[in-house]
Amino acid sequence: MVRGARWQERLARVGIVGLAWLSLLVVVLPLGLVVWLSFFADEIPALPPAGYSLRWYRAALGLPQFASGFETSLIVAVMATTAGLLVSIPAALVLARGRFPGRSVIVQVLTAPLIVPAIVIGAGMYVAFVQAEVATGLELTGNAATLAAGHALLTIPWCLRLLLANLAGLDPATEEAALSLGARPFTAVRLITLPMVWPGVVAAALFSFVVSFSNLEISIFLVVPGETTLPIAIFQYLQWKMDPTVAAVSTLQIAIVGLGLLLTNRFVPLGRVL
Amino acid sequence: MAQVELAGLTKHYGAAAAVDDVTLVIEQGAFTVLLGPSGCGKTTTLRMVGGFIEPTAGRIRIGARDVTREPPWRRNIGLVFQNYALFPHLTVFENVAFGLRRRRVRDPDLTRRVTAALDLVRLGEFATRLPRAMSGGQQQRVAIARAVAIEPDVLLLDEPLSNLDAKLRHDVRAELAALQKRLGLTTVMVTHDQDEAMSLGQNLVVMSEGRVRQVGPPATIYRRPIDRFVAGFVGRGTFLAGTAQGDVFVTARGARIACVALNPAATVLLVRPEAVRLRPPDAGFPQAVVQSAVFAGAAHEVALRLDSGEVLQALASGDPSTGQCYGIEIEPTAPVGLAPEQERMA
Repeated sequence: MVRGARWQERLARVGIVGLAWLSLLVVVLPLGLVVWLSFFADEIPALPPAGYSLRWYRAALGLPQFASGFETSLIVAVMATTAGLLVSIPAALVLARGRFPGRSVIVQVLTAPLIVPAIVIGAGMYVAFVQAEVATGLELTGNAATLAAGHALLTIPWCLRLLLANLAGLDPATEEAALSLGARPFTAVRLITLPMVWPGVVAAALFSFVVSFSNLEISIFLVVPGETTLPIAIFQYLQWKMDPTVAAVSTLQIAIVGLGLLLTNRFVPLGRVL
Repeated sequence: MAQVELAGLTKHYGAAAAVDDVTLVIEQGAFTVLLGPSGCGKTTTLRMVGGFIEPTAGRIRIGARDVTREPPWRRNIGLVFQNYALFPHLTVFENVAFGLRRRRVRDPDLTRRVTAALDLVRLGEFATRLPRAMSGGQQQRVAIARAVAIEPDVLLLDEPLSNLDAKLRHDVRAELAALQKRLGLTTVMVTHDQDEAMSLGQNLVVMSEGRVRQVGPPATIYRRPIDRFVAGFVGRGTFLAGTAQGDVFVTARGARIACVALNPAATVLLVRPEAVRLRPPDAGFPQAVVQSAVFAGAAHEVALRLDSGEVLQALASGDPSTGQCYGIEIEPTAPVGLAPEQERMA
């Protein structure tokens, strides 16, 4: 009996560890393949590669649509992240402790974009902007602010979810202690509450940035020719060519995001908040 | 330091009254304990004094000020919580300095007062630590230092010892009592632990179902409880049903217990365990048999069956064993006769 139980236990452990490695492989393998592919010398990727080269990196950096796409994506992501935090921090503070009528409705409305397909949001925003342009005569589409406004629909729910989860773990007594010691509510939030959920704020910013930076579905409705984001530039390039330039661009993108994560992790241990 | 007055203080949640018309004067400089079972309204009362719950009706005065509508940050109160509620990202020094900084106290005054507060709880050398690098007892002492550093008009303690283990609870309790006496702070503590309440409180306020049942020094509450609820919640003892006949209480089953100044309307008699003296069986006292005995350190807690069949709780020194026979002498000033009006309230 005992021996049998041990044997089963060992099998179960091997199974779990194996499953974990398999999942990791499924996640990492495509990334690894992209990185590998970016160094292939051939124009049409084939296995095994004829040789290795850095020419696709040179090609990628030389193509203006990637450089400008990268710049636009960066600007839009920063704006969308800022907008997401500006809306969701005050909202989360109120929603986390308040018990007032309509509370859950507000949470639902603010997080609803997560359950609407992004392509629908994009189409909806496009129609709305065009209608607004017609009505006001102002030129609204085709700039970074419009894109950021669209992306904010994704960053707000992400930020709100993360911040609410962080605030839920916070003992309200800590803030009450600050109030009893003479801090006005705004001071208590600034000096006590926000520093305590700081890791959550950083995680929210990071998520928002990545979500916006890599977004394709909403952007595709809101860009104009000549003013595109990096994912769209990649997408458009792929429609014509299959050479490893795209793999090189993707590898650069992975490296930048990875570097950002590593840097963030130095200041805020991400394992604790994600 | 100030006296705290509650007048008709009431808090309704929907139709239910959490606190129901509480009128109370909390003496300046005294240690007052709100005691009661969970849900009795003691914490709600404390939080209304702190300004975190708005009363439905009634007034709160701290000293000469009516603070009923004042927010917490203008009340000048020190607050200590069950789970310490220290600011985890600030050092011990900055935790204690927080209230002083809000009052625009600057160095060298600031450092002097923070150091003094930390010395008061014997944590002077921990000033640069972060709270998480300290034990629960130390953290609670930091919380106490933080609360007294602002020289509050009143110190509120919300079950401050409940999270500490038994040994530590005893130490922090003694420290709290000494500190309160030394500073002469008007202090209100909430607890459900009657031992804690009796050892710390100069005044006890026994509450149940949102109402104050009895207010008084611990000895008075213990010896002269006003009703069955208070008698049962504070201390232990036996409740015997029966009637008063002059200065003798006759139990339902016919046992006769002589009492001094017995309430003529009494229908229930409370006999505390220590009022029952055990005598040799042949000394001429009514006899009783040990039904059970539990060792409790200094004495045995015994259940004695009287000839009438009623069972009395008592304390026995020596080594009483089940079935042993004793004579019973009850200190005549000790039993408390409780009248039915008083009992019905319980």
